[in-house]
Formats: sequence, structure tokens, C-alpha cells
Amino acid sequence: MAKHPVSLTVNGDEHDLLIEPRKTLLAVLRDTIGLTGTKEGCSTGDCGACTVIVEGKAVTSCMVLGVTAAGKEITTIEGLASDGALHPVQRAFIETGGYQCGFCTPGFIIAAKALLDENPARTEEEFRHALGGNICRCTGYTKILEAVMQAAEEIRTTA
Amino acid sequence: MSEKKEYKVIGTRPIRHDGVDKVTGRALYGADFQIAGLLHGRVLRSPHAHARIVSIDTSRAEAYPGVKGIVTAQDLPDPADKVADLGEGAVNLKYLCDNILARDKVLYKGHAVAAVAATSPHIAEEACTLIDVAYEVLPPVLEVRQAMEPDAPLLHENLKTTSLGETADEPSNVASHLQYKKGAPEKGFAEADVVIEREFVTGTVHQGYIEPHNATALYNPDGHLTIWCSTQGAFTVREQVAEILQYPISKIKVVPMEIGGGFGGKISVYIKPVAALLAMKTGKPVKVLMNRTDVFEGTGPTPASYIRVKMGATKAGKVTAAEAYLAFEAGAYPGSPVGPGAMCIFAPYNIENVLIDGYDVVVNKPKTAPYRAPGATNAAFGSETILDELAERLEIDPLEIRLMNGAKEGDRRADGPIYPRIGYIETVEAAKQHPHYAAPNGKKHHGRGVASGFWFNIGLESSVTINVNVDGTINLVEGSTDIGGTRASIAMQAAEVLGIPAESVNPSVVDTNSVGYTAVTGGSRTTYATGYAAYEAAQDVKRQMIARAAKLWEVDEANVQFADGEFSCINGKEEQISFRDLCARLGETGGPVVGSGTVNPGGAGGAFATHVVDVEVDEETGKVEILRYTATQDAGKAIHPSYVEGQIQGGVVQGIGWALNEEYIYDAEGTMTNASFLDYRMPTCLDLPMIDTVIVEVPNPGHPYGVRGVGEVPIIPPPAAIANAIYDAVGIRMTELPMSPERLLKAIGTI
Ligand code: FES
Ligand code: FES
Repeated sequence: MAKHPVSLTVNGDEHDLLIEPRKTLLAVLRDTIGLTGTKEGCSTGDCGACTVIVEGKAVTSCMVLGVTAAGKEITTIEGLASDGALHPVQRAFIETGGYQCGFCTPGFIIAAKALLDENPARTEEEFRHALGGNICRCTGYTKILEAVMQAAEEIRTTA
Repeated sequence: MSEKKEYKVIGTRPIRHDGVDKVTGRALYGADFQIAGLLHGRVLRSPHAHARIVSIDTSRAEAYPGVKGIVTAQDLPDPADKVADLGEGAVNLKYLCDNILARDKVLYKGHAVAAVAATSPHIAEEACTLIDVAYEVLPPVLEVRQAMEPDAPLLHENLKTTSLGETADEPSNVASHLQYKKGAPEKGFAEADVVIEREFVTGTVHQGYIEPHNATALYNPDGHLTIWCSTQGAFTVREQVAEILQYPISKIKVVPMEIGGGFGGKISVYIKPVAALLAMKTGKPVKVLMNRTDVFEGTGPTPASYIRVKMGATKAGKVTAAEAYLAFEAGAYPGSPVGPGAMCIFAPYNIENVLIDGYDVVVNKPKTAPYRAPGATNAAFGSETILDELAERLEIDPLEIRLMNGAKEGDRRADGPIYPRIGYIETVEAAKQHPHYAAPNGKKHHGRGVASGFWFNIGLESSVTINVNVDGTINLVEGSTDIGGTRASIAMQAAEVLGIPAESVNPSVVDTNSVGYTAVTGGSRTTYATGYAAYEAAQDVKRQMIARAAKLWEVDEANVQFADGEFSCINGKEEQISFRDLCARLGETGGPVVGSGTVNPGGAGGAFATHVVDVEVDEETGKVEILRYTATQDAGKAIHPSYVEGQIQGGVVQGIGWALNEEYIYDAEGTMTNASFLDYRMPTCLDLPMIDTVIVEVPNPGHPYGVRGVGEVPIIPPPAAIANAIYDAVGIRMTELPMSPERLLKAIGTI
């Protein structure tokens, strides 16, 4: 299959790639670029494990073709920690035990980051709605919600 | 809650050692594994639920550009050869092999029939469509009662029921019948003032781990086979692959990658032997990944079941007799968890007269696999609902009737064991005293329900080695896959012995060549048994370090004592040295210290839980909303309370999913019609409140720190507790799982 030249920016780094048009953004990130932190749980847009931020919005990268991300700015889980320091959401997940197997975690953390960037002042109920597209099978969500609310609190008070 | 010991590390909440890796995307799971020259494998699966394989023609696929190798059951050693060697075990081996790649018959939709290795996943997938398989389609058997009918189509022509040690003459879909009996049930029922009997049906549900199965295999010309994969037990993979491929176990190395959930579903192998076969055939490394549909259709869910429960009690509330009939779907091959179900039903209670019959029945669905407390959730749905009804009829509080009949130390379970110190009563007391139970609950369509659960927990083999570092830290090497923080809970037990902080332990989960045999992460055994091995390894280190201190001070070892991280000299010399300082002096006192511990402990100590749930039932839509949930559980001793809470919360929510939404929905041909996360609806955070937990600690006498396994028991009570709450809300007894809106509306009479 003919490959297309595509340039995209991932975690601040520019990548010039040749990709098959049938490749999803998820496959481009994982297989072509080698950023395997973003996970694949269903490939049908139902679990949220593959969530990345494209131009400020959280998207399920298994539902996006790589070629359509040309020219876009993408943030993956690998791009969240800066200067060796964890993002408040990452820290909160560690501190509260917001994960067990950790497979849903990159998706949850990215989805939560996008939400908090948009508006950290939400109620528990609002967070539950906003994170309803991410499935975790291990935790029962209690500690995930605690983590997200702890991070929101920290972002609100330090903003 | 009995005597409290003072601990420095145990009971605290340090950050897990793999914490940063898992929040930064650095943790490497099976699918993340890369190696140069990798080929991609894809499995062709049966479109029929029941069919004879007439022929398989791979020639068109083989000619497809990019295809490097194709395997079918013909590439597996013929397990029939093993019949003479292994006797009874051989039967199982044949089933095991046939489930990997079907030989004569396909027994469920999704059954693997062939596999392709190619230069890209797309080519492998395309090539699968070019494999021509001719089937002779047979009528499927899709439900346990139907499968037990004398005229039901047979899945296996040679399967004959073994019942209480006798084997029948005629073939049947009933693989086995077991029975547990205690006292005289008929007499017990005669003594009862109230007897209640009902039948229950539960659906097929999946563990639903988010990470699909994966395996990468590499075969070296020297005969060494390496498999990188996601598994609950690397050694178990090694054993199964060795058996299936008839390959020497010493030439197989299994490397456990990080695992994205298992819950019992990642113990049996599926694509691991296939990846190995493809690697052997092509001479190249081959990676095989499942997609979500493969996972639903091609891996073991936990069984659907048909259950009848009968219980009788006196007016005063004493349960005098209990009977259960459990018929479990094994899936395509024998081996449902009906045994554990029979062990766990009624286990929270001391009932004098009990009769339990269990049937293991094959049907045209994937071979079932364990799922968190396998069998116990199905069984408890029946018994805990009936007990609720008894309490209601006798006008006794449902927790009170549990206290009145609750099992204690010295009581005998129907399947034989006599309880050591257990904490069932304490969980009921904790539920009773919880503010949740006292909170008002009178609104229309609101209801409250309770239920209890028991899981026996297991021990099995574990090995740990500890390498002492010069800076006072230790490297702890273990073989237990860490699914939810066990690196921490195991490290903490070693740290406690050596008087060092949890952070001074570097745990590694290693491959099968690098640590002693260690059984699966399952059965709620890891913190218990591998923790126990870590305790023993740390004791070994301590003994050796005492010898070093004695050498340093030129005294007898008996004169050195160790407490609070300090070695000191008793009798005579005024010497003292910290663990850390002594570590720096190992070179001069004889060289490095390496400690080891291996266990196969017998005293796993059962775990009990009691749950309270409030629901709201929408009579128009049939939707059940979980308003509040409190789970109490005896953890023996919570090594890391946050992770114990997490296990309880996760188990509860899986139980809620099982109760309200989850089930395999089949059409008449035996095709699962909801094989995606969209249609197989697992709970999201939108469906739930915060799950409140109460950890009760009644130390397990079978573990140095009193640990009881915690992972499994929390999934057991939710379906019954929710059914009881629905009854409290709308006065309808729900006896079928899941209690979906449709079933609820039918029961209420709205539709
Ligand atoms: S993998 Fe993309 S949503 Fe599940
Ligand atoms: S932590 Fe395992 S799926 Fe969420």
C-alpha cells in the first residue's frame, strides 16, 4: 500500500513520517514512533486506553487515522512529566493508588489532564461524567476519582 | 479484632515501586515488546459454534506475498500419543491441545483452527481469509440444562460422566458430578419452621481485563525457546507450553511482561503455544496479539449456571438444613469451577445438615476460565438470596440472622475442613455498626440489601531471593506477576523483618530462568505466599547478617541480637551496628549476603466479606442505580491498606457489573452478538458511587504477619446484595443474572 508523507508534533518533537493511510494514530504512535505508553484495549473507541491529546482535546487515538493528524500537536503520556517532575495528575495517581494493573492509567491520566486544563473546578459528579469514556476494570474507580479530585485541588490552589 | 502487634512498615502506605513507571507510560506490557526482525501472527477462528473439520487447505494463504509460515493442529504433537503414557492426565492434555488449535472438531465460535505469521499484521489478517476450511456444521448446545438432556447433541463422543468415583457407560455432556454431604439434610428440613426453595440462573461473564492477550516467541537454532507475554504466572505458561508442544521444560524461558489485568483469565494459555509454533516454523520472532473480539470469543469467560437452593430455619432463626444443586457450564471442555462453588456456598454459616451436588457440563461456548473467586459468586447469588428471604419471613434483621448462624473457629464446612480462627462474624458486626446500616432508607423505590461471601484462598509454591547491597538496601527477586501492587506488599514484608523502609527494597519480577518456581498470581495467594517467601528470605538474610556481626565482634552468634534495624551484642561487649552499616562491611566479613526463601504454605486462611448496598429502582426504565455501597472484609492483616481497599473496590464493581449488566448474549447459532466493549457493558465511573470499605483484621494464624488473601472475596456478595436491595425497593425477587433493565421490567410486569 502506498505510503503518505506526514509531519506531526508529538510531545514537542517533530516527526516526519511515511505512513500507510490505513494506520490509526494509535498505531503510528506505538509502532512507527515507538511511544508504547499509549495502550490499545479495544481498537473500537470504547475503552479509552488509547487516549491522547490532539490540539488540546482528548481523543481516542484508535479512532483517528494517522494521516489526518498531519500538522497537529499531540501529547501522549510520555510527554506529561516535564523537567523530570511528574504532572500533578501523575503524582496524585501514585499517591492515592489510582491504578492497579496500570493498563488504563495512561488513558485516564491523559483524559484527566485535558479536563483539568479546560477547567479544574468540577464536582465529583462532573468528573464522573467527563471520564465516563475510560474503562478501568481493576479499581472500581473510587481511587481514580480521588486522584483526579486531589490533582484538581492542587491545580486550583496553585493556579 | 484480636491482639494488635506493632509494626513499622506493615500497615503503612508507601508508594509502590513500579509507581512512576506506570504513570509515565514507561512500564512495558506484552504488546509493547519489540525485537528486530519481528513477524506478526494472526489466528483464524471458527465461524461455527459446533462443527466437524472436514479439511483445511492453506495453499492459497501460503502463496500470499509476505506470508512466512502457517500452522494448524497438524503441527502440534498428536496428544493421542500420550494416552498410554499418562493415563487419565492424557485426556486433559488432549483437551488442552485441542483448545489451542482445533484438530477434529470446533466446539465454539472463535475456536482457533489455524495461524499465520507474516511480515505485517495486515498481511497476516488477509492471509487468514485465504485459508479454506471445510466444515460439517453440527447443532450447537448453548445452555447447561439443554446440554444435560439425554438426547442433547454430544460435544465429545468419548466423554462419560464420572460421578462420585464411578464412570458411566454412555457418553454425555456431563463431565462430572460431585457431592458434599454433612449431617442429615432430611432431618434438618423436618426441624425447620420455614423452608424456602428457588431456582437461579446466571449468565456467562468475562473477566474483562483491558489488556488483550499477547505473546512474542523466539526460537533459537540451539533449541531454546523464549516467550515474552502477559500472564498471571510465567511458570504456569512454561508448564503448559512444554506439555502442549511436548518440549523440554528446561529449554523454555518465559519472560513475564507487565500485565494489564487478569482476574483469573490469564492463567490458561491460548496464543502462547501458537506464537511458539510459528517461531519454530519460521525461525523468526513472532508476535501474536488478540483483539477485543478474540478475547471475548476465544478466551475463557466464567460460566453461566443453573442453581437450585433450598434452606430451612426455625422460628428463632436457626438454619437447620441447606441444599444446593449447582450445574455449571464448563464451556467446550470439562473443568468449570463448580467445585469451588460447592465449597463456598453456605461456607459463612455453621449449618448442621447440608447436601451439595455439583455438575460440570460441556456446552458450545469457550472453555471457561477462572474469574475472581471462580464459582463462588454464582453459588452465593442463590444462597444469600434465600437467606435474605428466610430472614424476611421470620422477621429477623438480615445481618442478625447471619450473626446467629455465622461460622466460627472449630466449625466444620460441608466439604470437610474445620475452620481455624476466621473473621466472618467480625465482618457482619462491622457492617452492622457502620453508619451506612443505620442511615434512613425509606424512600419510595429505594432499597437496602446485604449479603456475605467466602473464598478459601490458596497457598502454593513461591520463591524469593534477596541480594543485600552495600548501601543498606536490598534487591528482592520474585516470580509473582504484579497485577495490583504486590511488588510493594511483598517488599514490605521483607522490609519489616530487616527493619528497613519499604523504599530500601528494590523488587524485580523476573523470568523463569532467574528465580525459583513460583505459582500463579491468583487464588488471592500472592501477598500471602510470596510475601511469606519474602519473609523467609529476609529471615535468612538476618541469620547471615547476625553471623557477620558475630564475626566482626569476635563473639558467638548467640550473643548477637537484632531489633529495630540494629545488631547489638548481648552478654559482655558493648557493640552495636546498624543494618545499613553492617551492609557496608560484608566484603570484609566473608563476601556478599544472598538470602533465599521458598514456601508452599498450607494455612492460607479463608476470607469473608459482608456488603451493604442501597439502590434505587426506576420502574419505568428498569434501571437500577447504586446509591451507596459499603464492603467489610477480613484481610487478616492489611500489609498495604490502600491496596487492600483497592482490591475490595475493584472486586465490588466487577460484582456490580455481573449483577446488573454483563452477560454473553448468543444467537441460536451460538454466535456471541455482543463481543465488544460497547455491547458487553462493563461499569464505568458514571454508573457508580464511591465504594466504602472497612478492613477488619483477624490475623490468619497461618502467616507470620496474619495475612489473608483479599483479592477474590469482594466480587462474591454484590449480585445477591443488589438482588436483596431490589426486593427491598420494589418487592420482587430477582433470580436471574444479570438483573438488566429488560429482566427487571419483565419481573415487575411493566413489559
Ligand atoms: S483502544 Fe481506543 S478506545 Fe479502546
Ligand atoms: S488499573 Fe487495571 S484497568 Fe485500570
